[in-house]
Amino acid sequence: MNYLRSMFQIRRLVLLAILLASWELASRYILDKTQATLLPPPTGVLSGAMELSSSGELWKHVLDSLRREFIAFCYASVAIPLGIMMGCFKWLNEQVDPIIEILRPIPPIAWIPLSILWFGVGNTQNQFIIFLGIFFPILLNTIDAVKNVEPSLIRAARCLGAGDWNVITRVILRAALPQITTGIRIGLGVGWMALVAAELVGANSGLGFLINDARTVLRTDFILTGMLAIGLIGLCIDRIIRYSAKTLMPWARSLNS
Amino acid sequence: MLALKVEKVKKIFPSLNSKGQEVLALDDVSLEVNKNEFYSILGHSGCGKTTLLNLIAGFEVPTSGRIECAGKLVNGPGADRSMVFQDYALFPWLTVYDNIAFGLKIKGMGSSQIEEIVTRFAALVGLSQFTGHYPHQLSGGMRQRVSIARALVVDPTVLLMDEPFAALDAQNRAMMQAEMIRILNEESKTVVLVTHSIEEAINLSDVIVVMTRRPGKVKEIIRVPEPRRMVEDTPAYLEIRRQIRDLISGEHDVSEAV
Repeated sequence: MNYLRSMFQIRRLVLLAILLASWELASRYILDKTQATLLPPPTGVLSGAMELSSSGELWKHVLDSLRREFIAFCYASVAIPLGIMMGCFKWLNEQVDPIIEILRPIPPIAWIPLSILWFGVGNTQNQFIIFLGIFFPILLNTIDAVKNVEPSLIRAARCLGAGDWNVITRVILRAALPQITTGIRIGLGVGWMALVAAELVGANSGLGFLINDARTVLRTDFILTGMLAIGLIGLCIDRIIRYSAKTLMPWARSLNS
Repeated sequence: MLALKVEKVKKIFPSLNSKGQEVLALDDVSLEVNKNEFYSILGHSGCGKTTLLNLIAGFEVPTSGRIECAGKLVNGPGADRSMVFQDYALFPWLTVYDNIAFGLKIKGMGSSQIEEIVTRFAALVGLSQFTGHYPHQLSGGMRQRVSIARALVVDPTVLLMDEPFAALDAQNRAMMQAEMIRILNEESKTVVLVTHSIEEAINLSDVIVVMTRRPGKVKEIIRVPEPRRMVEDTPAYLEIRRQIRDLISGEHDVSEAV
């Protein structure tokens, strides 16, 4: 069975292999030298990646980017208590909702010019942009999750003697957790994209900086390596959250269905 | 001894749109429930029987009239009136053990005492082997047993049950009714059950309260001659069933005529 399954996994990669092979061939034998500089073959990218990672430079940029994402996420998690309060108290929702409705459609990237003036180039500015990317998906999902809590669960808790505080902490927060996790997943994804944009223009390190810096010296293999790293790390973050949600909340799937 | 007293209760729901009329759901409902007796409230769907139960639970506030539980005015939900819901309303993130323990934890009881009580009630509802399971791993009948145990552990003055067996298939329903009788024999309780099943009411009740169609009023209060020992298809059983059926079917066209 396991053998069959791994065979199937390999079959899924056939198209990818064909594309990589034709890219390799095209870049080696069809493109002229200038064009091949702009599109190095996969093996070229691979050796570029080896070079970057063995010198330790790649890891330095990865770590810087991840650190920014993480710090911004810590700040943005304020959205969870705020969202729960907004879902529970109508008056608060009425006051805060208009502000959010105005701010939300502004893409994080649109904040870059102003944030550079405010914070200068560097960590704070990057974290601010990432924060904006993470904050709204978490907030909106939390509010929505609280509104969707099964009313009979709240009633059940109340008729077992639970007061407001117990209802919020023992029922609403727990029932909303799966969707809050979805918000975190989406938020970290948007934040990661915003991070790269912020680093492109306002940083001296990080993956966004790496690929923009490589452009100035025409190291397209480094650019592609950086892009690949951005993609793979984004995928990893998403998978880790999905996996931990599944293991920590085994009941969640039954709740959503 | 009165466990529960419902006095001239009226409930008007405001209209949902500006043009619509207010809905008079319950009108002049009075009811006295004795301690350790089982009351069934029986009526057509939409007769306000669930509204009455929600008023007793404190989820809703009566427009006029008053409800007292053990002499205390009801003004909000409380553990003296715990409820068993039709959709079980179990907390999906808690195991069977923690679901049953919920009300005890809210009370701030110590964990050794909680363990003792939960173990006893898990055994009472026949779930000793399943305390580590999550609700989604259980069948409908087992979920409802958890829900019953969860409501019983807080030792309510009145146990409220809102069509608790309606979501089960016929076999499970009959089994759960038998289970309920067994549980009440071991653990005497005052119960108010809402149902639309005449047989369920006859099988479980000391007293059956038949309600009229909207607005819901008490039409008739019937004492079951041999509570929880009625044998199906005996003349006494058939007689009481016919009597209730006549009372209920007499309600058919009233609302349409008005």
